[in-house]
Amino acid sequence: MLNSKIPAGPLDKKWTDYKGHCKLVNPANKRNLEVIIVGTGLAGASAAAALGELGYKVKVFCFQDSPRRAHSIAAQGGINAAKNYQNDGDSVFRLFYDTIKGGDYRAREGNVHRLAEVSANIIDQCVAQGVPFAREYGGLLSNRSFGGTQVQRTFYAAGQTGQQLLIGAYQALERQVALGNVTQYTRHEMLEIVKIDGKTRGIIARDLVTGKLERHFGHAVLLCSGGYGNVFYLSTNAMGSNVTAAWKAHKKGAHFGNPCFTQIHPTCIPVSGDHQSKLTLMSESLRNDGRIWVPKEKGDNRRASDIPENERDYYLERRYPAFGNLVPRDVASRAAKERCDAGYGVGTSKQAVYLDFAAAIERYGRTQANIIGHHDATLEEVIKLGKEVVKEKYGNLFDMYEKITGENPYEVPMRIYPAVHYTMGGLWVDYELMTSVPGLYALGEANFSDHGANRLGASALMQGLADGYFVIPYTIGNYLADEIRTKSIPTDHPAFVEAEKEVSDRINTLMSIQGTESVESFHKRLGKIMWEKCGMARNEQGLKEAIVEIQQLKKEFWSNVKVPGKIEEFNPELDKANRVADFIELGELMCLDALQRKESCGGHFREESQTEEGEALRDDANFSYVAAWEYNGDSKWNLHKEELNFEIAKPSQRSYK
Amino acid sequence: MNLTLKVWRQKNSSDKGHFETYQVKDISSEMSFLEMFDVLNEQLIKEGKEPIAFDHDCREGICGMCSMYINGRPHGPWHANTTCQLHMRAYKDGDTIVVEPWRANAFPVIKDLVVDRNAFDRIVQAGGFISVNTGNAVDANALPIEKHKADESFAAAACIGCGACVAACKNSSAMLFMSAKVSHLALLPQGDPERKNRVLNMVAQMDKENFGSCTFTQACEAVCPKEIKVTNISRLNGEYLNAAFTEQ
Amino acid sequence: MKWIDLFTSSVGKKFIMGLTGISLIAFLIVHAGLNACIWANDNGEMFNTAAYFMGHTVVIRIAEIGLFAGILLHIVQGLVLVFQNQRKRTVKYAVPIKDGKSKWYSRSMGLLGTLVLLFLVMHIAHFWVPSRITHTLDEVQLGLKTGENLYARMLDVFQSPLVVILYVLGCISLCYHLMHGFQSAFRTFGVRNDRYLSILTPVGVWFSIIICATFAMMPISMYLGWVN
Repeated sequence: MLNSKIPAGPLDKKWTDYKGHCKLVNPANKRNLEVIIVGTGLAGASAAAALGELGYKVKVFCFQDSPRRAHSIAAQGGINAAKNYQNDGDSVFRLFYDTIKGGDYRAREGNVHRLAEVSANIIDQCVAQGVPFAREYGGLLSNRSFGGTQVQRTFYAAGQTGQQLLIGAYQALERQVALGNVTQYTRHEMLEIVKIDGKTRGIIARDLVTGKLERHFGHAVLLCSGGYGNVFYLSTNAMGSNVTAAWKAHKKGAHFGNPCFTQIHPTCIPVSGDHQSKLTLMSESLRNDGRIWVPKEKGDNRRASDIPENERDYYLERRYPAFGNLVPRDVASRAAKERCDAGYGVGTSKQAVYLDFAAAIERYGRTQANIIGHHDATLEEVIKLGKEVVKEKYGNLFDMYEKITGENPYEVPMRIYPAVHYTMGGLWVDYELMTSVPGLYALGEANFSDHGANRLGASALMQGLADGYFVIPYTIGNYLADEIRTKSIPTDHPAFVEAEKEVSDRINTLMSIQGTESVESFHKRLGKIMWEKCGMARNEQGLKEAIVEIQQLKKEFWSNVKVPGKIEEFNPELDKANRVADFIELGELMCLDALQRKESCGGHFREESQTEEGEALRDDANFSYVAAWEYNGDSKWNLHKEELNFEIAKPSQRSYK
Repeated sequence: MNLTLKVWRQKNSSDKGHFETYQVKDISSEMSFLEMFDVLNEQLIKEGKEPIAFDHDCREGICGMCSMYINGRPHGPWHANTTCQLHMRAYKDGDTIVVEPWRANAFPVIKDLVVDRNAFDRIVQAGGFISVNTGNAVDANALPIEKHKADESFAAAACIGCGACVAACKNSSAMLFMSAKVSHLALLPQGDPERKNRVLNMVAQMDKENFGSCTFTQACEAVCPKEIKVTNISRLNGEYLNAAFTEQ
Repeated sequence: MKWIDLFTSSVGKKFIMGLTGISLIAFLIVHAGLNACIWANDNGEMFNTAAYFMGHTVVIRIAEIGLFAGILLHIVQGLVLVFQNQRKRTVKYAVPIKDGKSKWYSRSMGLLGTLVLLFLVMHIAHFWVPSRITHTLDEVQLGLKTGENLYARMLDVFQSPLVVILYVLGCISLCYHLMHGFQSAFRTFGVRNDRYLSILTPVGVWFSIIICATFAMMPISMYLGWVN
C-alpha cells in the first residue's frame, strides 16, 4: 500500500532519469497554480524562493515575526557537500555511503543518493546568493571535518553556518515577496489541513496577533515546519518549535514515519535547575580538541582541578580507542548517560561529564611557542599561548558557555550532558516528498526521509536546502501538471467551513476548561515522561508505562488546563496550549513506535537489544523497514511497513572500537 | 534573590499602556532573564492575571526575536549580548528592574513587550538580496574572494535583525541594521551588479518606514549583540553617495 | 535618484550637513588665522590690514555669500533633522538610554548647534553688522588706504566681562559641536578605513580644541590687557 515511488534503474541514474521524465507545467499555467508553504526555515524559505522564481503563486507562513527567525538559524557547525575541493577522495558516492551508514541503515538509498548528488549545487547556489562561507587566503572555500566521516567536506561560516544559509534563503524569499510572487504571512500558525475530494486544497491558519482564523486555498501544501524535539520539553530546539502542522496533517491522513528516531546530542550545557526552559548546544567541533572524562571514584566531590590525572576516567578513549572522543553522537551520548547513571557524574546535579581543554591548550601552546621561536617557554607561558589559540578557534562558544554557566571554560573544564537535538522521524514521504495525502508535501526535518536512525553532523542544513531548492521544484511539477484545470477554489467551500469550525471548536474547548494547571506545567510533565522512558535508552516496560501515563496526562490536560486571556487577541499561552495538546498525542505515538521496534539502531536504543559490551544491536532480519503510522482515531494507529532494500550499501554492524 | 520588576503593560497597539510593578521571589542566579519572566508569568497565571507577552524563540542568542529594554539598555547590562542570554547573576537581591519594549514609531507595540519589526523585512525586500535564481550558479570556487573581504562581509552578515540598534538610537535610526546588509553584499563580488540600486532603494525604504537618520552617536554599536561596527554605516554612506552621483 | 533626494533622503540630508559643516570648518581656520593677527602687538595694524583685505576683495566677498548660504543651510537642515528625528519616537523611554559608549555631546548636537547659533547672532551683531551694514566703525589709516578700525571695536566690545564670558561659553559649545561634527562629517562621506579613522579621530579632537581655544583666548587677551 505504501508506494515510495523510487524510480527504477541504477542508483546513480535515478534522479537524472526522474528529472528527464517528470511532467512539466508551462509558465502561463504556473501563474494560476497556488502553493502554500508552512514554515520558513531552510526548507521552507528555499522552497518558497525557488517556487516563486518558477512563477507559482506562493503563500508562505511562519509563526515568528519574520521568516529569518526560523530555528535553522541556530545551526552552528556547517553544511556537507560532495565537492571534493580538498582532493581527499570525497565523491557523491562517499557522501551517500557515509549518510546511509551513519543512519545505521534505516534510510532509503534512492533519497540519500539524490541528496548527495544535489549537495554540490547547494554550495554553488549559496555562494552566488552571497553567503559568506569561510575562505582560505587564496580566496577559495575552506572546509572542516565532522563526526562520522574521513574526508573534509563541511563548509562553514564560523559557528553561524545555519544563520548565514538561512539569511541567504530569506533574502531570496524577500526578493520574491518584493516581486509579488510570494505573499508572506508572519505571526501565523497553521492549525488545519483542508482536504477536498481526497486532495489537499488549503489550510486554516490563525493570525497570532488578532487571534482570527483565516482560510487559504492552495493547489498544494508544503509543510516545512521542522522537527518535534520539544516533545521532550527540554531540547536544543527553539521555544516555539512545534509539531502542530505535521500533526494536523497526520490526523488528516498523512502517515508518520519512524516517530521514535530522536537524536540526542552529546555536548550540551547541562540542566541547572527546575527553571530551565531550554538547552544550549555546544558545537560538535569541540570534541576535536576537548577530552571527555569523569572521576574514577564514585561521587567524587572534589573540584576538577583537584582530581589528579590518574584518578580520571577518559571513558570514551578507554571504550573506543579507535575513535576516542570522536565517536558518533548516539554513541557518545549513551556513554555519558551510562557513567552518570552509574554514579560518576559531576557538578551539583551529578548529571554532567567534563569536557576538558587543558590538554589541547597545552598542546597548542607548545606548537605556538615553537612557531614564535620560544623553545624554552615555561608551562605558564605555554598555557597563555595555548589559550589564545583556543580562543581563536572556539572563542564564541566559550563566551556563550561562560554567559550561561558563569564559569570560565579556559580555567575549568566545561560540564556537558546530552540533550535532545534533532528528530530523524517525521511525516512519511515518497521520493517526490509527497506524504500519503495527495498534494501534501513535507520537506526538511519535518519529513522522515534521509537520515535513517541517526543524522550525521552538518547534514540537516544540506537536506533542508536540497529539498527546497533542488528537489521540490521538479517533483511538485509532476503533481501540479495534472492540476492545471483546477480553478482556485473559493474558501466558502463547505470543506473550508468545516475545517475552520473544527479548529475554532477546539480552541473554544481549550479556553473553556479554565482548570488549575498551566500549559507549561503539562509540557514539563510530558517532557519528563518522554525523557525518562522514551529518551536515550528505552525498554519495553518503561514504554508501556509511558503510554499509560501519557494517556492519563492527556485526560488531565483536557480537563484541567488553564489558558488565560481571550481567543481574539495576541495570546501566547493559547498558542502554546494548541502545541502542547499535539505534543501529548505525538508522545504516545513515539512510545508506541519505540515499543514495536525491538532492535537498537542509531539514536534508538532498546536496552533489550545490546551486545555484551553494551553497544547497540541492530536486527536487520526483522526491522529493516520504515515504520509508517496511520492515524486511526483517538490513541489508535495502524502500522504500515515500508521495506528497505539495500542494493549498494550493504548493512554491516557499526564498530568504533 | 528577590526582585522588584516594573514592566510595561499594553493590551494592544491602540491601548495607551502603563507600568505595573511585580515582586518575584527566590530567583536563582543561574536562571536566564527570560526564565525569570517564565517564573513571573506562571505566578500571574496562578493568580488569575494575564501573563506578560514578550518575544523570544531560540533562547541561544541567534534568532533575534527577544527584545527587551532593560534599565535603559536594549538587551540589558551585558556587552555583546541578547536578552535571552542575560542571566540573573547580573543582578543582586533587592534590585529593581524596569523593562520596556523597543520604542520607535517604526516598531509599533503589539502587546506588552512585543513590537512589530516587519519594517526590517520590507527594507530587505527593497534590495537586500542578490538576484540569482536557483540553478543559475557557477561553481562556488570559480570566483575567489579575498579572505579579509569575505571575513568582513561575514562580520556584517552576523546581524540578527533584533532591532536593538533602533531601540538604542536617539533618532530611532535603522542605519546600523541596513548598513550591515549593504556591507555584507557590497563587499562581495556577487553583490556588485546591484550595489547602486540596492543602496538607493534600501535607504528610500528606510525613510518611508519612519526611521530617523543617523547622527553617529554610536549608541547602536555599543548595544549590538553581534558587535556590528559603525564603520558599516560609513560604508553605506559612501555607497549611497557613489550611487547618487554616478547612477544613470 | 533625483537631485532633490540629496535634500530629502536621510543620507542625503546628512551629506548636506557634512558638506556645509566641513566648509564652515574651513572658514574657521581662515577666521582664526586672520584674527590671530591681534597678537602681533602692533596696535592692531596687521589685523586691520587683514580685515581690510577680506572686506575689499571681490573673491572673498563672493565667498562670503557662499558662507552665509552654507551657514543657513547647515542651520535649517540641522533643525529639520533634529525635529524630524525627535518625532520618530513619540512614546519616550521611562529610563533614559544608557548605552555606555555614545558621548553626551554626540547626542546633543542640536542643543550645541543652537547655542552656537545664539552666540553667532551676538557675534554678528557685534562686528559684522557695524562693519558691513551700518558702517559705524572708526576709520583708521592703513598705509595708503583708509580702513575700519575693527581692532578698536574688539577692544571696546571685550571690555565687558559678561561679553567675554558669553564668548568663552560660545567657544566651548563650538568646541564640543566640532568634536563630534568633524569626524562625523568624514564618516558621512564614507570614510571607514581604520587607518584613516585612527588619524581622523584625534585630529578632529585636537582641531576642535585648538581652534576653539584660539578663539576663546581673543576676548580673554583683550579683557586682561595682554595685547595693546
